[in-house]
Amino acid sequence: MKALILVGGYGTRLRPLTLSVPKPLVEFCNKPILLHQVEALVKAGVDHVVLAVSYMSELLEREMRVQEQRLGIRISLSHEKEPLGTAGPLALARELLNVDNEPFFVLNSDVICDFPFKDLLQFHRNHGKEGTIVVTRVEEPSKYGVVVFETDSGRIHRFVEKPQVFVSNKINAGMYIFNPSMLSRIQLRPTSIEKEIFPVMAEEGQLYAMELQGFWMDIGQPKDFLTGMCMYLQSLRQHAPDRLRTGPGFLGNVLVDPTAQIGENCTIGPNVTIGAGVVGARVRSHSWLESCIVGWSSSVGQWVRMENVTVLGEDVIVNDELYLNGANVLPHKSINESVPEPRIIM
Amino acid sequence: MLKAVILIGGPQKGTRFRPLSFEVPKPLFPVAGVPMLQHHIEACAKVPNMKEILLIGFYQPNEELTRFLMNAQQEFKISIRYLQEYAALGTGGGIYHFRDQIVSGSPEAFFVLNADVSSAFPLTEMLSFQKEHGEPNSFVILGTTANRKQSMNYGCIVENEETNEVLHYVEKPSTFVSDIINCGIYLFNPDIFQHIGAVFQKNQQDMLLEEPTNGWHRAEAIRLEQDIFTALAGQGKLYVYKTLSFWSQIKSAGSAIYASRLYLNQYHKTHPERLASNKEGGPKISGNVYIHPTANIDPTAMLGPNVSIGTGVTIGAGVRVRESIILHGANLQDHCCVLNSIVGWDSTIGRWARVEGTPSDPNPNDPYAKIDSETLFRDGKLTPSITILGKCALTSNESCIPHMNW
Repeated sequence: MKALILVGGYGTRLRPLTLSVPKPLVEFCNKPILLHQVEALVKAGVDHVVLAVSYMSELLEREMRVQEQRLGIRISLSHEKEPLGTAGPLALARELLNVDNEPFFVLNSDVICDFPFKDLLQFHRNHGKEGTIVVTRVEEPSKYGVVVFETDSGRIHRFVEKPQVFVSNKINAGMYIFNPSMLSRIQLRPTSIEKEIFPVMAEEGQLYAMELQGFWMDIGQPKDFLTGMCMYLQSLRQHAPDRLRTGPGFLGNVLVDPTAQIGENCTIGPNVTIGAGVVGARVRSHSWLESCIVGWSSSVGQWVRMENVTVLGEDVIVNDELYLNGANVLPHKSINESVPEPRIIM
Repeated sequence: MLKAVILIGGPQKGTRFRPLSFEVPKPLFPVAGVPMLQHHIEACAKVPNMKEILLIGFYQPNEELTRFLMNAQQEFKISIRYLQEYAALGTGGGIYHFRDQIVSGSPEAFFVLNADVSSAFPLTEMLSFQKEHGEPNSFVILGTTANRKQSMNYGCIVENEETNEVLHYVEKPSTFVSDIINCGIYLFNPDIFQHIGAVFQKNQQDMLLEEPTNGWHRAEAIRLEQDIFTALAGQGKLYVYKTLSFWSQIKSAGSAIYASRLYLNQYHKTHPERLASNKEGGPKISGNVYIHPTANIDPTAMLGPNVSIGTGVTIGAGVRVRESIILHGANLQDHCCVLNSIVGWDSTIGRWARVEGTPSDPNPNDPYAKIDSETLFRDGKLTPSITILGKCALTSNESCIPHMNW
């Protein structure tokens, strides 16, 4: 089976991390985001993944060769030279996707959840129509576009963008499965799949919704990245608790790479991920961090306090005794003064 | 023989020093490890021929003050007495009221010092200056240079550059007058009481002519600065001795930290035994640090520069303290970080907490800049200042306290 992942461009919302590394390769819970998705697809029987990119990265290409070998699948890159929206990339990859008569998956590269690809395939085959969207339940639906569908069958009636009155609390989770026939609906030009393709399919009764069970998050920006991490670790606790680190000094859900080194008298957690020790960051004694992302090779001094979604890019040095509140620090920067209010440090 | 008078004020004074002055009279607040007043007393006791030190103020007799005086007398082997005013009589009214006590024994001169200043106290230099300049019975004001903008917060002195006579004196003018300011340290002789007496009589007569006012304005309340110096300027009786040595007012708590720094620095010459040093099994010391012998400090802590640790203080593992005063009985738990703050008596700072104030130091690039004594609020907002934790404050683990007063 095949899958198309909408990787997109520069990943600007996840800067400063994406200034050093293409977004799909940024580690989420110690594994590149893309790999979480690809591995789940492979488990559901996918043997060819197409990455729709608008910005070609050598780093990404090289890493994908490695993963091809490792997973024993084929990974292609479909490069859009001009912006094609959310549906256009499918048309661009038409040749790759339309090979056999098997349905293909499409997913948004920022999505993290307990990927339900096997269930999705089953559900899609059962109703036999042209497309299925995964939907998830949210607390504040009017921030998004909501999906209105029949609860029993899953058949979608319509979509409503940012509704003023409560209509539904299910939104598009960014994961789909389509029959290849659906590709004829899309032309090779900038097209919005939500605005131009889905409503027509729904009208014709060809679009169904499957409800996602478990956690879901769009991790395209640091705050949500951290929230998503907390959810993922919680899910690990339920399904694979031995992957988490426990013991004295560890509170709640903590994930630690085996090569990481943790000193004495440290308290780690709850909801902490510590990456590999070799290219890793360093946090020195007596410091206190909460809701932060510390980038590769960065160094945090002694008696530093960082909080409120402070993000350090690659190779940042924070000197001793400083206070960083919501600082967003670009790579290779050295910080000598406290940042009492959230701002970007260039 | 010589005497010294130290004006220590009373409870209604020193409001900018609250909440710290709620617990302890401001003149007894520890600066660089010892009560503010002790620096004055030590400097006076060093002057040859000094026979007695009189403290004038309107604090009610209290245990701390009495104990301090007893200890000081024993340590410095000089007579020290507290003369309590029956009401706030002003900087001139107090010494006038007790003039008989001051002139008893016929001192040829006496110093008058404000308690809320920190200084190198160049008293012997003032004596030499007085003998060399001007008339035999002239009075001397100690002056120092401030920058133009800040000078208007103090008493401004216009001098004759050759003779050093004070030509004009204005207290806190609203426009620029002079960059030489009054340090609040004076050298008088018994003639001063004639001048104060004249003002006193005049005030009495004015009072009789006016309607009885409310109790605020008393005839006996006389201010040296506005009432005496302004009148004496230009009469050939008042001179100014300018000093380059350190001087700073101690009005707000922030200025206590700055004054601490000045005195700690002076300890290299005057009391090197009071400065902590890096020792085997002791905490890491950076810059000038005072630690009371009864304090208990973990060897992994790092202290300084400019830190004073009071009696019975406990400092846990991996604690960082910088530019701060830690008062008696405080407990700083493991890994906390205290910067630019005063931690009050018996307070506790929780583990990994960060207590940080904003320093109000004078501009280091301006040699004549003085510390600002900002009001607590400006335009409805709290002025960023050092953090003060009053008595028994408790910070929970891992909290962060920026420039606040508790």
